[in-house]
Amino acid sequence: MTVAASAEAATPRRTEEEPPQQAGPFRRLRRSYDQFWYAWAMCAPVAVILGVLVGYPLVLGIMYTFTDATSLNVGHTIGVNHIPDTFSWVGLKQYVDILSGPDNQFWPHFWWTIIWTVSCVAITVSLGLGLAVLLNRQVRGRTLYRVLLVLPWAVPTFVTIFSWRLLLSDGGAVNHLLGSLGLGQPEWLSDPFWQKIAAITVNVWVGVPFMMLSMLGGLQAIPGELYEAAEMDGASPWQRFRNVTLPGLRPVSSTLILLGVIWTFNQFNVIFLLFGSTNSDSVQILVTYSYKLFFGQNPMDYAGAATVGVLCLSILIVFTEFYRRWIRRMQGEQA
Amino acid sequence: MSTKNNRGRGQRGPLASVGLHSVLAVAAFVAAFPVAWVAYVSLGAGEFDYQHPSRIAAHPSLANYGHVLNHTDFFTWLGNSTIIAVGTTVVGVLVAASAGYAVSRIRFLGRGSLMYSFLLTQMFPVSVLMVPLYKILANTKLLDSYAGLVLVYCTTAVPYCAWLLKGYFDTIPVEIDEAGRIDGLSPFGTFWRLIIPLARPGLAVAAFYTFLTAWGEVAFASFFLLSSNHYTLAVGLQTFVSQYNSQWNYLAATGVLIAIPAAAFFYLVHKNLVTGLTAGGTKG
Repeated sequence: MTVAASAEAATPRRTEEEPPQQAGPFRRLRRSYDQFWYAWAMCAPVAVILGVLVGYPLVLGIMYTFTDATSLNVGHTIGVNHIPDTFSWVGLKQYVDILSGPDNQFWPHFWWTIIWTVSCVAITVSLGLGLAVLLNRQVRGRTLYRVLLVLPWAVPTFVTIFSWRLLLSDGGAVNHLLGSLGLGQPEWLSDPFWQKIAAITVNVWVGVPFMMLSMLGGLQAIPGELYEAAEMDGASPWQRFRNVTLPGLRPVSSTLILLGVIWTFNQFNVIFLLFGSTNSDSVQILVTYSYKLFFGQNPMDYAGAATVGVLCLSILIVFTEFYRRWIRRMQGEQA
Repeated sequence: MSTKNNRGRGQRGPLASVGLHSVLAVAAFVAAFPVAWVAYVSLGAGEFDYQHPSRIAAHPSLANYGHVLNHTDFFTWLGNSTIIAVGTTVVGVLVAASAGYAVSRIRFLGRGSLMYSFLLTQMFPVSVLMVPLYKILANTKLLDSYAGLVLVYCTTAVPYCAWLLKGYFDTIPVEIDEAGRIDGLSPFGTFWRLIIPLARPGLAVAAFYTFLTAWGEVAFASFFLLSSNHYTLAVGLQTFVSQYNSQWNYLAATGVLIAIPAAAFFYLVHKNLVTGLTAGGTKG
């Protein structure tokens, strides 16, 4: 244990060479503990926080999906009186009801969530990449542009989205502008179709700065020699972009797209704050729909909300698994 | 080098420059306009001025700010938000940094699954966690308290920050750790005295991200904060626009006041933002 790096480099190789029968799982754990106890000590706070505040609630939440829990029958405390749990187990009834029940609301929300996620991520990533490429050049006033372009991220969403509500309202500035250009003036906040367009627009506006800055970081990590070499070989700007920039960005962009999909799929603030809870049913994505099941009615339908939540989670896990395999295969092809 | 025109490598013609600047200017305008609009509307004193923006330019006034500062609980909300956001930033960044360092440097058992579980936590919709979290907080007497909300926000911000910082630590040469160990520092000493000071840009980005997450969060705050003297700005702001009255003018003024600290924090870290995010992205 003289040098951290030699231990780091040597240990995994040694454990791999040893046949697993000789070093049992316990002995391996023991030796790993002796060498790396401080690593575990450093991860312990995260593990405890995530375990207690995410793992345990998740187990409870999954449990609720097999019950008929509502705000009336879950144990709660009114003043000094404690009312115990009285909900009962109903098996898979919640899932069956939500996926194929009489008032089927799941599938429309599901398809809209897919469209929402795909279009938001596609537009946000391409705009972010485009702006990052522009900002990566020598431009006069680059700092000013950068500060202005990051504003949508730096100002809290509940402020900016109230501003968008004003701008998109019926007599708002956006419609004034469209009117003076002689274009139609859609009802952004009440017409079901235009609501969706407005939601995607605002979410892209909120999401671009983060993508742009991350892409800019990725661009600056690409060595300049690659561009010089490509230029010497007579590559046009477009060819340089396709064959140097895009592959060089892949480590950054693959992670960003994955995070973007997860964050957009679970985007709560934009739709919740932009439309509130009035006459906006068709624009609700699964996450806000389940929040409405939860708060929008009395008694609050805990079990239904949790079931939709668990379905969201399963969709994302399946997607992540496929995406990671796909990325790994692409990397394998390259190597 | 190029024979067609007399420009050197990496230089643009005037036409390309105009194009570049106009695209950037349009993008910057679109990005900044809604923020500027809040500031503009906040100057209109009348309750319905937001519907007639042209009136505001004729009589700009700071009356809304006066009302918000003197006749509402603005300072209580501001104090609560500050305590919670700063608390989340300090706790979250420390916890994320230590985990990120361990994952970056040491190949211990369970390292891969820890990184995967970070990703997994980003997938949880609020609605699954809401009720169980409420019960846990109620049982531990953390409901309606600053500490409870700080811990809840840590769960959303720490996984991403740990991942980001792991990437940043990967870019710091291992030789520095080795030198520290040879000079007799413990593993924790190496981390605290050598790596933390070197990782300042990465830490700044993590701090910025955590601060913004806590400063702008709505759903958890409106559910877990019960008494009005514990409201954060995000919750307090909602009281201006309720079913019965919508005082957009006060809302706009408060919005501007809320945006100032966030923008100031952004200005402090903006030089580090790009390098910090870079490193985070290089390894998934």
